[in-house]
Amino acid sequence: MKPHPYLLNLALLVLAILLSIGVGAVFIPPTTVARMLAARLAGFAIVPDWPESFASILFKIRLPHTALMLLAGAALGGSGAAYQGLFRNPLADPYLIGVASGAGLGAVFALTIRWPSEMLGMYTLPAFAFFGATLSITVVYSLARIGRAVPTTTLILAGIAFSAFATSMMSFLMLRANTELRRALTWLLGGAIMAGWKPVLAMLPYELLGLATLVICAHALNVLQFGEEQAQQLGLPIERIKLLVIGAASIATAAAVAFTGVIGFIGLVAPHVVRLVWGPDYRHLIPLSILGGSSALLAADMLARTVLAPQTLPVGIVTALAGAPFFLWILRRARTQAYW
Amino acid sequence: MLNIDSLTVACGNRIVLEDLTMTIPPGEILAVVGPNGVGKSTLVRALSGVQPSLRGQVILDGRDLTRLSPMQRARLMAVVPQARELPGAYTVYQTVMLGRTPYLGWLGNAGRSDHTAVHQAMEQTHTLDLAERCVGELSGGEQQRVLLARALAQDALVLLLDEPTTHLDLQHQSNLLNLVRKLAQEKNLTVLMVLHDLNLASLYADQVALMVAGRIHAIGQPSEVLTSENLTSVYHVPVIVIPHPEYGKPLILPDGLVGAASKKLQAGIVPKVDV
Repeated sequence: MKPHPYLLNLALLVLAILLSIGVGAVFIPPTTVARMLAARLAGFAIVPDWPESFASILFKIRLPHTALMLLAGAALGGSGAAYQGLFRNPLADPYLIGVASGAGLGAVFALTIRWPSEMLGMYTLPAFAFFGATLSITVVYSLARIGRAVPTTTLILAGIAFSAFATSMMSFLMLRANTELRRALTWLLGGAIMAGWKPVLAMLPYELLGLATLVICAHALNVLQFGEEQAQQLGLPIERIKLLVIGAASIATAAAVAFTGVIGFIGLVAPHVVRLVWGPDYRHLIPLSILGGSSALLAADMLARTVLAPQTLPVGIVTALAGAPFFLWILRRARTQAYW
Repeated sequence: MLNIDSLTVACGNRIVLEDLTMTIPPGEILAVVGPNGVGKSTLVRALSGVQPSLRGQVILDGRDLTRLSPMQRARLMAVVPQARELPGAYTVYQTVMLGRTPYLGWLGNAGRSDHTAVHQAMEQTHTLDLAERCVGELSGGEQQRVLLARALAQDALVLLLDEPTTHLDLQHQSNLLNLVRKLAQEKNLTVLMVLHDLNLASLYADQVALMVAGRIHAIGQPSEVLTSENLTSVYHVPVIVIPHPEYGKPLILPDGLVGAASKKLQAGIVPKVDV
């Protein structure tokens, strides 16, 4: 029997969260974490038996960082599943089709602007990223489309071409804005440069809007798998649906990219594993990919923080190292499309 | 009663369907035949709203279908497409349930009436025992029946079929068309189907529309339309039409053996046509 999809994915996610909070330069055991949370949030009178430094590590670094990675993974997993459904293409992924780079370009542009206040800059960052993402998806889609189909080859090629363009534009912008160079560069390497809860809060509204819309569009994505023509004959207003899905997936991607940089392959791997185990029904595929994307990114982030400790690797390197071979495997498998 | 009235469809600047007019009473089958590329599939696409029409009306019991939203139209008209490039991982039950799309909400949560409709449609098409199989594992004939079940689950009054028998063997061809005929009579459906095979059209349809270059060349009962004169001028090959030994309907045989045909043409037995 197949394991229960939601229970298993939730269990994995909880495990990933606990590990992500605990693992780092200093290990904080889960039980201590639980007691610290109980003391801080619920006001239990627990006598602290942990070093004082733990409090600031936990509440100022680990928890917000874990929350940020959790949200970014969820956005990438969910939007990856949605792009795959929309293009009816197993290799669509926010990174591979250039949306992530587009969002990155938008975000870099925003970072080079001198905002009157830091919070304003932070809350408009995802909006700029969203603009970049929309621009890229429009360009890539119209380049990749042949008749009514979006073949893998043209989709990936258009994605690569646009990524190359967006990346060089990013470099150009960063070289011009000398003073802001460091800020943008660290961000680009896939690091959450902005510590604390502010980026989490800035990301949340965009992310919720995008992912909730995708969950609502799940049935429509199922119908779309039979082709646009049949979908329309089954009563779906497809132009509206396509716009809605593209908008929602792009806003979720943009929210993730704006605060964690360009991270590849999460949106490819998570939906595929879910699809392999639990089948193609998007009403479950989307929520499960959201959960799976979170777990995957948390795990990758943990590796990034521990492999060369005390040095921290950009998490994008870890996801690419694990994801690229997976991509090649799907590329070979996609020819038969037995489970697609 | 489905009235198609001077339906005209353009693809860019080119008129691909011109002034099509036909009437199909409920419970009857109209077969659209004609050479490749005369616009038979375009007709299905235009009637189902995928291809916008330039002018003309499609009236079903007083309602103009061309003015309806996709969801409203899908409740009145269902399409059985050709079974190719289906997403193979969906189960038969999931696939048939998609026929309920015009009745389901955004989240696609099926209620009791939806499950009943799906069950009934699968019963009628003998696909119940395939319910948990994946669509990709099925044979062409089975896939075509599943698509028919999906269309029936739509609870529509009009059924459009686009070359439903193209990739089927003899047994599955006649099984499928007998099923369509039975359903048309039992459920009082109005059926329009595009067929390649003239003999199948002759046997199973109440009316035949013979199309050429986006227009209707002839329309009426099979015996009126499927004459050797009509067919020779449309298909540009000599044909022999004889009555079916059992049912008396026209039976079409090619008369195109290379040497024999040209001799006949020379002798003036078959009217000469410009190719």
